Amino acid sequence: MLDVFFSSIELQIMAVGALVGIASSAVGTFLVLRGNSMLTDAISHSIVFGIVIVWLLTHQQSGWFQLVGAALTGLLTVFLTELLANTKRVKQDAAIGLVFPALFSIGVLLLNLYANDVHIDTHTVLLGEIGFIWLDTTTIAGYNVPQALVSMGIVTAINYLFIILFYKELKLATFDPALAKTLGFAPSILFYVLLMLTSTTAVAAFDAVGAVLFIAFAIVPPSAAYLLTDRLWLMFLIGAFISIASSVTGYYLAVRWNVSIGGMMAVMTGAFFVLAFIGGPRYGIVSQKIRRMHARRANAL
Amino acid sequence: MQWLSILHDYTFQNVVIGAALLGLISGPLGSFAVLRRQSLLGDAISHAALPGVCLGFIIAGSREMGSIIVGAMVTGALAALLMLVLTRMSRLKTDASIGICLSIFFAIGLVLLTYIQGSNNASQGGLESFLFGQAAATLRSDLWLMGGITLFSLTLLGALWKQAKLVTFDPEFAHTVGLPVSLIEVLLTTMVTLAVVVGLQMVGVVLMAAMIVAPAVAARQWSRHLGAMVFIAAGVGVVSGVSGASISALSRGLATGPLIILSASIIVLISLAIAPQRGLLWGLLQHLRQVSQLRRRQILYTLYKTQSTRDQEVHNLPFRLNFSAAIALWQLRRKGFLVSQKTPCLPMSAGNRWLLTSLGVREAQSVMAELNGKTT
Repeated sequence: MLDVFFSSIELQIMAVGALVGIASSAVGTFLVLRGNSMLTDAISHSIVFGIVIVWLLTHQQSGWFQLVGAALTGLLTVFLTELLANTKRVKQDAAIGLVFPALFSIGVLLLNLYANDVHIDTHTVLLGEIGFIWLDTTTIAGYNVPQALVSMGIVTAINYLFIILFYKELKLATFDPALAKTLGFAPSILFYVLLMLTSTTAVAAFDAVGAVLFIAFAIVPPSAAYLLTDRLWLMFLIGAFISIASSVTGYYLAVRWNVSIGGMMAVMTGAFFVLAFIGGPRYGIVSQKIRRMHARRANAL
Repeated sequence: MQWLSILHDYTFQNVVIGAALLGLISGPLGSFAVLRRQSLLGDAISHAALPGVCLGFIIAGSREMGSIIVGAMVTGALAALLMLVLTRMSRLKTDASIGICLSIFFAIGLVLLTYIQGSNNASQGGLESFLFGQAAATLRSDLWLMGGITLFSLTLLGALWKQAKLVTFDPEFAHTVGLPVSLIEVLLTTMVTLAVVVGLQMVGVVLMAAMIVAPAVAARQWSRHLGAMVFIAAGVGVVSGVSGASISALSRGLATGPLIILSASIIVLISLAIAPQRGLLWGLLQHLRQVSQLRRRQILYTLYKTQSTRDQEVHNLPFRLNFSAAIALWQLRRKGFLVSQKTPCLPMSAGNRWLLTSLGVREAQSVMAELNGKTT
C-alpha cells in the first residue's frame, strides 16, 4: 500500500494538493466566519517580502527559517494594517490594499537588486508548480518522499492541533468576541496565532500552488461549507472533503487538457462552491426560491 | 548629460506617458471605490482580468492590445457583477465574495495561460508580463488606446458627476429622488475595470490594487470635498506614475511597476503625516497645545487658591515640577502672569518661589469664572 503510494507521482501530487486544501481551509474557516478573509490575500502577497528577506539573511529558500520568517511577515502585515486603520484616517479595507502591495513591491525590488542569479523569482512565488514537487525529495524510512508532502503534512498537523486544543476558545472568540473578552480569554491573541498559522501555511503551500491560488484554497472551501451547514465542526469536514475532491478531479482534468495542475485544482474548488451556492439544502438559491414559492402559495390561500 | 538624453529616449517617453495616464485614470475612479468602501474590489477586478487577457489572446491569435483589453474588461466586469450577486443572494460577507471572485478568476486565468503555452503558439511571448506589468514594452499605439480609455472614463465620470456623488454619499436619498441607484452603482464598479485595463501593461494585475487605493487615500487626507479630492487623486496618481517610471529608467533594471507603487505609498505616508487638519503631526501638535493650555490653567488656579486662602507667598509649588509644568510656568511668566524670585538657600528643585502678578490674578479669576460657568 505504502509502496504504491510512494512510487506513484500522481498520488503524491494529489495528496499534496489535498493537504494544501485541508490545511488552509482549516484556518480559512475562522477567517471567513470573522469576515476577515481578505487578510489571506494580503498575507499571501506580502510573504514575497518575507521570503526575500529571509533568503538575503540565510540564503535558504525553504525550511524552518522560511516558515518562521513567513509567520513574522504575516504578523507584520496584519500589524501594519491595524496601525493604519487605527489612525482612523484609513478604512480597514483600504489599509489592506495599501500595505500588501507596498511590501510586495519592496520584495520584488530587492529581488531585482540582489537575486538576479537565484532560483526564486516572483513568478514561482505567485504561481507555484505542483507538478514539480518530486524534484525536491527527502528520504524517510527508506521511501523517497517529496519535501512539499512532508512540510504540508507537518503544517496540516500543527493547524489541526491548534484548532483541537483551542476549539472552545476559538469558537467563542469567533462568534462572540465580546463575551470571550469578558470571560477572560484573549480573543486577539488567539486571532494573531491564527494569522501566524495562516502565514506558515501560505509559505508551505507556495512551492506547490503559489501565493494567489493559496487564497482560493483558504477561502473557497470554507465559504462553500458555510453555505451548506450551520455547525462549525461540519464546516471543517466539508472543507476537507471539497479540498480532496477538487485536488483529485483537478489533477485529472489538468492532465487531460495539459494545463496548470494547481490552477485546475483551484478552479475545481470554485466549481464545488458554485454547486453549493446553487443547490445548497438551506441557503442555496434553488431552495430559497422554492421556499419563497411555498410561502407565497401559503399566503395566497 | 545622461538626464537630457534620457528625455529623448523613445521607450522612456512611452513609459512616462503611460504611467501618467494610469495615474490620471486610477486616481478619480479609485476615489469613488475607496469612498464606497470597495477598495479591495480593484484588487479582485485586476486579478480577474487575467482570464480575459488570455481569452482575448486566444480569440485574436496574437498579442494584440485591442482584443486583450476587451477580454480583460469583460471578465473584470463579470467578476465585479458576480461579487455583487454573491453578496446579495447568499449569506456570505463582502470580503469572502471578493476573495472567491479574485482567486477563482485568477485560477481560470492561470489555466488558460498554461493552455496557451501548451498550444505552442509562437507569438505567446509577453503574455505573462501582464502579471507583473512590462512597462518597457509599451508601444505608441498602446498609448493611444490607453489615452482613449482614460478620456472616455473621465468624460463619463464628469457626465454622471452629480448622480455618482449622491449615490456615493446617500444612496437612500438618491433612491427617493428617483435615481437608478443600482445602475449607477454597477456603472461605478465596472468603471474600475477601465482603470485596471490601463494598468495591466504598466504595473500588472498584482499591484493594480494599490494604484486604485493609494492615490485616493492620499487625496482624502488633503481635502474634504469630493471634487478637490478627485483632482488631487489624479495629481497624486500622475506624480507617482511619472516619478516611478523615471527612477526605473535611471536605475539599472529596477522594475517599473513596484517603483510606481512605492512612490504612491510614500506619498500616502507623507499625506497621512502632514496633511493640514487630518494629518497625524497636526493632531499631535494640537494635542500638545491642549495639554499645555490645561497645565497653565491648573497652575494659575492652584497658585490663586493657595495665595488667597493662606494669604502668603508659596515657597514650594503644590504640584510636581515635570517637563510640561516647567514649560507652562515659563509661558506664564513670559505673559507677565507670574514673577519668580530666586531663593538661594533652598535646593534647585524648590529653588524658585512664584507669585501671581495682578495681571495673573485677573487671568486666574477669569479662568475660575469660566470653570464655574461650565460646571453650573
